Amino acid sequence: MLRAIQGIYMLRPVWAVLLSLLAGAGLIAIAGVNPGEAYAALFGGAFLDYYGLASTLAKMSPILLAGLAVIIPLRVGLLNIGAEGQIYMGGLFSSMAALLLPEMSPVVQVPLCVLAGALGGGLWGLIPGYLKAYRGINEVIITILLNFIAINLVSYVAGGPMMQEGAPYPYSEEIREGLWLPYIMPHTDAHLGVVVGIVLCVVAWFVFRFTTVGFGLGMIGKNPVAATYSGIRVRRNVVAVMFVAGAIGGLAGTFEVLGLKHRLYHLFSPGYGFDGIVVAFLAQLSPLMAPVAAFFLSGLKVGGLIMQRAVGLESTVVEAIQGLVIIFVAASLAFRFDRGNWRRFLERRRLLDAGIAGGITNNSGGRS
Amino acid sequence: MTAQGLRLEKISKTFGDFKALDGVDMTVPRGTVHAILGENGAGKTTLMNILYGLYQPDGGRILIDGAPQRITSPRRAMELGIGMIHQHLMLVETLTVVENVVLGLPGQGMRLSLAEHARKLEALAKSFGFDIDPHQEVWKLPMGMRQRVEILKVLYRDANLIILDEPTSVLAPSEVEGFLEGLRRLRAAGKTIIFISHKLDEVAAVADRVTVLRRGTVSADLAVAGTPPSEMARMMVGRDVVLTTLEKTSPTSDEVLVRIRDLKARDNRGNQALKGVSFDIRAGEILGVAGVDGNGQAELAEALTGLRQAEGGTVELSGEDVSAAGVYERRHRLGISFVPEDRHGTGLVLDLPVYQNAMIRDFRESPFSSGPMLRAASARKVAEDWVKRYDVRLQSVDQAIRFLSGGNQQKLIFAREVECRPRLLVIMQPCKGLDVGAIEAVHRTVLAERERGTAILYISTELEHILSVCDRVAVMCAGRITGIIAPEEATPERIGALIGGLEEEKVA
Amino acid sequence: MSWAGDVSSLVDFFSTVLRLSTPIVFAALGGVLAERAGVFNVSLEGCILGGAFGAATGAYLLGTPVGGLVFGILFAAAIGCVLAGLAVGLGINQLVTGIAINILVLGLTSYLARLILGADATSTLPGFAPVAIPLLSSIPLIGPVLFNQDPLAYLMYLAVPLSYWFLYRTPWGLNVRAIGDYPVAADTVGVSVPGVRAICVITSCVLGGLGGCYLVLCQVFVFTENMSAGKGWIALAAVILGRWNPALVFVACIFFAFSEALQLRLQFNNPDVPYQLFSMVPFLASFVALVAFAGRVRPPAAIGTKYVRGGK
Repeated sequence: MLRAIQGIYMLRPVWAVLLSLLAGAGLIAIAGVNPGEAYAALFGGAFLDYYGLASTLAKMSPILLAGLAVIIPLRVGLLNIGAEGQIYMGGLFSSMAALLLPEMSPVVQVPLCVLAGALGGGLWGLIPGYLKAYRGINEVIITILLNFIAINLVSYVAGGPMMQEGAPYPYSEEIREGLWLPYIMPHTDAHLGVVVGIVLCVVAWFVFRFTTVGFGLGMIGKNPVAATYSGIRVRRNVVAVMFVAGAIGGLAGTFEVLGLKHRLYHLFSPGYGFDGIVVAFLAQLSPLMAPVAAFFLSGLKVGGLIMQRAVGLESTVVEAIQGLVIIFVAASLAFRFDRGNWRRFLERRRLLDAGIAGGITNNSGGRS
Repeated sequence: MTAQGLRLEKISKTFGDFKALDGVDMTVPRGTVHAILGENGAGKTTLMNILYGLYQPDGGRILIDGAPQRITSPRRAMELGIGMIHQHLMLVETLTVVENVVLGLPGQGMRLSLAEHARKLEALAKSFGFDIDPHQEVWKLPMGMRQRVEILKVLYRDANLIILDEPTSVLAPSEVEGFLEGLRRLRAAGKTIIFISHKLDEVAAVADRVTVLRRGTVSADLAVAGTPPSEMARMMVGRDVVLTTLEKTSPTSDEVLVRIRDLKARDNRGNQALKGVSFDIRAGEILGVAGVDGNGQAELAEALTGLRQAEGGTVELSGEDVSAAGVYERRHRLGISFVPEDRHGTGLVLDLPVYQNAMIRDFRESPFSSGPMLRAASARKVAEDWVKRYDVRLQSVDQAIRFLSGGNQQKLIFAREVECRPRLLVIMQPCKGLDVGAIEAVHRTVLAERERGTAILYISTELEHILSVCDRVAVMCAGRITGIIAPEEATPERIGALIGGLEEEKVA
Repeated sequence: MSWAGDVSSLVDFFSTVLRLSTPIVFAALGGVLAERAGVFNVSLEGCILGGAFGAATGAYLLGTPVGGLVFGILFAAAIGCVLAGLAVGLGINQLVTGIAINILVLGLTSYLARLILGADATSTLPGFAPVAIPLLSSIPLIGPVLFNQDPLAYLMYLAVPLSYWFLYRTPWGLNVRAIGDYPVAADTVGVSVPGVRAICVITSCVLGGLGGCYLVLCQVFVFTENMSAGKGWIALAAVILGRWNPALVFVACIFFAFSEALQLRLQFNNPDVPYQLFSMVPFLASFVALVAFAGRVRPPAAIGTKYVRGGK
């Protein structure tokens, strides 16, 4: 019984998703659409169709990397709401490396573009990391403000200095084909970014699980005072972690530009950084679960558009569902699994049952 | 017995599987001072929290002036004329005295008439001989003053029954007499006072009657007049108190291992908390540091272990100046170990399993890791070995350490800090919240380390503990060491004078 | 600064400042209230958006601005109840809850707006018209700037001194301040910590919602997706800069609104430069101001921590 409760408890995110799909069905029904049909179109389109699956994987690349950019600092106790800005800075730096540097062999320039993107995002993570560690300024507000700055900065660059002549709205010249990321499914948009994302997730899992560095970082997240006491340089690690997280966010933007858009567009990320937060919570901060969560979420987004075409329902409903997912996951955080508590709970149940069976149901039966 | 006053009948309270109180009876007639004696964990605080409506009893009843009452909340307690002064003062430091007094006062309407309340408060303070500025912010007041604010807070609410939970633990000895005098004045004004303590002399000085609690039950209820303190002590512990020094087999060596000179540091608020501290510790010597809490002991421990940046002075270990070393270097290369005061906040990561808590100190070294990789299997084996040798009671080393009792948690911390064979072991308040058995285990470990030749700094506010294990005792007051003496010369008067800063010895 | 000498242009500029400041001031006052009670209200952004959505829906369905105001307040209060329930009631991390709420509100309002407002989303909604206060509005310069505003702006004028009075001159304000600094002290004298916190959080969200109502009913008269556009975050920065004191927070909001008005002016005067360069200004100003001043201020001590009686 205890084991069963523990199992139910472990599956919290699944319950959260099911609940939000249920609540989402209500939202769909309000619009006068049959939820069953809508969900069939949504999930069928996103996961069971070759091109749909490819689109899902293409979308999964930035969402997964953004998720990792939230998960890693959160395990160290830092809330990185700045993945969005880091994506933009990654896109900016990598497209600058692709378009402004003299033409080089792709073997040299592609890694250079990727590094530049990681650096751009990394810098955007370094700033809140430094301010948090050495000035004690809340990282949530700083990362949010930096998001707006980065978004506007990219819009400015894409609509000003780097704008293609005669473009109807802000975007840059096209990046030459030699620098594009390879595709992983023929005739589709699915590019290598998602594979890199999954590899990085495995690396992050390995580091946290099996290395001393990861153990130290986890300790900072669980009890920074104890971490200091054990000789870990907490401030330095906070800055480093935010840099790494920012760099991973930067990679999300880099791959979006080099793999999918092939230009620097203004507003090229429709909030992937925030999707990353949803992924982080849905995956319960586990890097290994992050690909699953990101896959689901990307499918939801891609499927939303397919569903809109199929049954004429506004695709924004999936954003509402996504919002419900995160709120239910957040609510489920309140239920901590405590063996002792559950054992007492079961004991009380047993006593109550015994009491009912014996025909005496007094309230004090629970107290022992 | 008179019905006027307070009467508790068969009060019980269980937390989880732990019986904190088991059928406690007590009678406190109006206008008397009643002391409740007991060791840590005897149930004193739980009993008072029940009386103040913070907890509900599982069984039993409370009678006030003969009428049974259910005290469902602190507000209800106040309506019944019960006021409580907690061990940790319940004052908002950023607010003024009068704001603290007025906070939560019922029947105020919409306007906060501070001026009027301040006037009334001053008059009330005068009538009890307290002199206080109502508009002063609390953080600017000394501890003794703050405690008076607390007392005024309950008096202002017309409390007739005042509960004081270990009120002298935050006071300097020089402030204690003034405080006891205040209690006598309150009694003279017809107030009933319940006074929780584990300090026998204070009880003897002021109380009329005493109830002794042991493990949640009443072990004695007697008049103070005519009861010798040693009798009370026996009732409290349940056996004769051993005040003799524990056996030490080997003498201290002459080698000075640790030399501290003129160490200075600031506290978190930026105040000078260590004002130039100097002492030596020899190999195989336990130097005790006594004093009232908050006189620079925490800063001393942190400055020694590198957790706090020293502002001046030197720390030498075997002749090497290590003042510039960081936490990591001190712990690993220099072999400084630290048992911190705050087990949960500093010494452990409560959410991690026991075996990972065992490796907090040395997870970067063998056998816990090799190179960058952790070695979980060998860490488990080490933890299991320690658990056996230090008698840590648990289900499995994979259990989160949160679910272990305080004593078992402390044993694990000691194992971790001692098994690495340190040269200097700094221990801060190691017996806080532990039962007698665990305290003995802790002291046995400390003495075993002494035999091994470790230099030990034992910081505690429990004078009895210090006197029973230490080779020499340094007394701290207001950021200075006011004297270093051998336990044989340590009469209560002598230590009291040093603790209060009334006397200062030239320290070599 | 060719427009500096021109009085009507100056009036125009300062009324713009005031107009832009109103939603931020409402939200920031909400932030002060919640943070003074020890709850980090990161969901202000969502409250503004939710208030705006509610206002649009109410104005659209009932055809009156008052209906919009009522709906806006109710929607924001509902958000407040969710936040209070999760962060105060269940004790879930306040930052996590707030961010979750922001994401939820963004998705929900986008969808529901298309559903309810649908095709009419771009047509103007009924709103509040400016009401000139007799006599006062004819004072040169100050009159047209301050006293020819819409009712919600006047409400904002009231809200600032009112919050100050509430925090420093009433017993309830004293409770709030005590709970934000040392909740145990308040608990032991019989003040309900969760109760006060919940009320503060809900009021805080309603204030944020009023900011959203202002956007829809007094400024643009339409609802657009994500129209809060970071105002809630600027408000949070203003709370820190204003040191949790309503009067100073108001000044900080005016500073941010000033930078926003300035950037609009710069956009207008420099049509050849992409406007995004300027629209970054308010965020940059918030960022710089935070970095320059935030390290030295002391927030309410118990902020962000859940309160559990008798435990850690």
